[in-house]
Amino acid sequence: MAEATQELLTTADGRPLKAALAAAQSRAKRRAFFLVLPLLLFIILTFLVPIGYMLKRSFEHDGFASSAPALVAWFGENRGFDPADPPEEAYAALVEDLARMQVEKTTGMAGTRINYSVPGSISMFKKGAREAKNLTPPFRDSLIAIDPEWASPALWRGMASASHVYTTEFYLVASDMKLNDHGWARGEDKERIYLYLFFKTFVISGIITVLCLLLAFPVSHLLATLPMAKSSLLMIFVLLPFWTSLLVRTSAWIALLQEQGVVNDLLVGLGLVSDEGRLTMMYNMTGTIVAMTHVLLPFMILPLYSVMRVIPPSYARAARSLGATSWTTFRRVYMPQTLPGIAAGSLLVFILAVGYYITPALVGGADGQLISNLISFHMNKSNWSLAAAIAGMLLAAILALYWLYDRLIGIDRLKLG
Amino acid sequence: MTASAGTGDAAFVEFDGVQKSYDGQTLVVKGLNLKMPKGEFLTMLGPSGSGKTTCLMMLAGFETATNGEIRLNGRNINQVPPHKRGIGMVFQNYALFPHMTVGENLSFPLEVRGMAKSDREARIIRTLDMVQMGKFVNRRPAQLSGGQQQRIALARALVFDPELVLMDEPLGALDKQLREHMQFEIKHLHESLGITVVYVTHDQGEALTMSDRIAVFNDGRIQQLASPADLYERPENSFVAQFIGENNKLPGVIEELNGDKALVRLANGELIDATAVNAKEKGGKTLVSIRPERVEFKPEMMPEGAHMIGAEVIEVIYMGDILRAVLKVAGTDDFVIKMRNTLGQTRLSPGQKIKVGWHPQDARALDP
Repeated sequence: MAEATQELLTTADGRPLKAALAAAQSRAKRRAFFLVLPLLLFIILTFLVPIGYMLKRSFEHDGFASSAPALVAWFGENRGFDPADPPEEAYAALVEDLARMQVEKTTGMAGTRINYSVPGSISMFKKGAREAKNLTPPFRDSLIAIDPEWASPALWRGMASASHVYTTEFYLVASDMKLNDHGWARGEDKERIYLYLFFKTFVISGIITVLCLLLAFPVSHLLATLPMAKSSLLMIFVLLPFWTSLLVRTSAWIALLQEQGVVNDLLVGLGLVSDEGRLTMMYNMTGTIVAMTHVLLPFMILPLYSVMRVIPPSYARAARSLGATSWTTFRRVYMPQTLPGIAAGSLLVFILAVGYYITPALVGGADGQLISNLISFHMNKSNWSLAAAIAGMLLAAILALYWLYDRLIGIDRLKLG
Repeated sequence: MTASAGTGDAAFVEFDGVQKSYDGQTLVVKGLNLKMPKGEFLTMLGPSGSGKTTCLMMLAGFETATNGEIRLNGRNINQVPPHKRGIGMVFQNYALFPHMTVGENLSFPLEVRGMAKSDREARIIRTLDMVQMGKFVNRRPAQLSGGQQQRIALARALVFDPELVLMDEPLGALDKQLREHMQFEIKHLHESLGITVVYVTHDQGEALTMSDRIAVFNDGRIQQLASPADLYERPENSFVAQFIGENNKLPGVIEELNGDKALVRLANGELIDATAVNAKEKGGKTLVSIRPERVEFKPEMMPEGAHMIGAEVIEVIYMGDILRAVLKVAGTDDFVIKMRNTLGQTRLSPGQKIKVGWHPQDARALDP
């Protein structure tokens, strides 16, 4: 038996079976490939290329490298220099470059690049460039005369690092690291905003996911068990907000929850809350959570519904006939069978929430901002590389989440409707 | 086989004037009265929509009776929730919990009853062995064939020792051979365990093979409640005669009625003797029912006192073990007779004129 399977199988005319099979199917395979080719190209051009470009930007910045050729050359030759005490030639190269920047109007570009790792350098560069052509040797002393910070080891480390076009500095900055006189280190607590915001984004997304699950479970169950006519009507109620503009829905929440809004007016009218003690439910974290839970609810309902719809009622009946109370039936028979839906819905809602931008921007106020709002902030300030680095970290976190999901539940059990 | 069980006085399961309506406009079950002694195998048989499954669901507790009382062991259970009734149930599609192994499925009813782990395990093994599935305790339902799932469903309904087991078309999804085998096994389990079984099916062959008594349902009522032999040989109305087994029916008018003897004038004017069953009055319309296997066509085999009538062969169908001939008799052209496919059997051919006959006892005058 074992020998027979070892033997190479051939067709009646002696060709190897595998080759014959491939030849017979090649035409169909080619046609299928050409059918999906447009979509493949579309996805590559509109999805993979932009993401790749964004990731490249997060490692790349030539603001300094392209505008300071003398210093770049010197750094290239003196890799082991002591940033605490750079020699006179280094200062000479720096002054030469500063003078060139003034002529070529690249001071801002170069200063901005150094400013990421050494805050405050941009004004130094502008001042230095203005006076560069009047400086006389020894340049070390004349530069220090303008600003003693020109001798700062942190600055020299920053410039040495910025002389390379490719760098991981933006990821260090996005992880709240700071360049000091001895190298990269954790920044001071009050300056650490990125990781805290990442953490906050994940916690809020978690809260939203749990709220969505609690709200969606009974609705999905109703959808799955009601007679067709009623469940269709209910489905329209679920989908109607889905089809309404996000801005309209968010403004509706503002109208409801703001201090002079419907809910507060009602509470004051009922005497539950005094006029001065109106609740702040908008332009803070509460506003973000409420509005985002509402916006993301359909993404939980739909996968849950698709799973619940195919669970026959006979399982629950069987459990009841076997002696289980309705609670035990739910806990041990019904709920476990809805797990793929719970997992899919939670993953979907969580991932959408982590990257959500518009709702927190509109109703988040100061403390309801999420990481995506910070990405947008840096993009508006043209800090492309830093924005890309934060986005890259977000992408990595989401991919890690997928990986975890695949390990724990299995991506093939994902049911999205 | 306790065919006499039906005559016992102490009713274990009792439906007393039970009515059921889903929409408040029509009755699905119209006044059901049924008494079942302990240990009986009773089948509810009927076409779909006849109310048999509704009755089973009311007994299990998944539907509430609109009116009337359902009693179990003398106690009214109308208000008892399903999980407190202690009734085992086998579902049409087995309803084995897909996320649990076979062992966990069987353990479930024991766990909710708070049974200790060691007792549970012994009980599960014993029950699985009973259905010859002891080796499958760690499998998941999806890894089992239909017949194996059927056995597990049966084991799960029996594992907590219920006195009453309900089965809702449990063999419907199996192929013919397996179905026949399982019929035998279920019957065997019923006998050896002494449980009471209510079995719902629309398959009359299944009902005849397995049951102590059969309740034939139609239109929300029990048309006849009797042992399989009585039901087949002595149907009380045309629906039962028609629904159980094959049946020839000859329409006619009652000319004379004398006790249980009736003289019927058929559509072509011919007079025949028949046994009056529920032919009510002289001059009333009737349907005479005769089983194909009780019709004889060879003069030398004709039973004594048989009534002979002319017939014309329309079609002969070869079915392997038997030959089926469709005849035109007294204006009716779907009169069927059966001939065993023996060596030297007379082969009829279409167009042939023959005479058929039967004993008047086998011709039953029923409602039209």
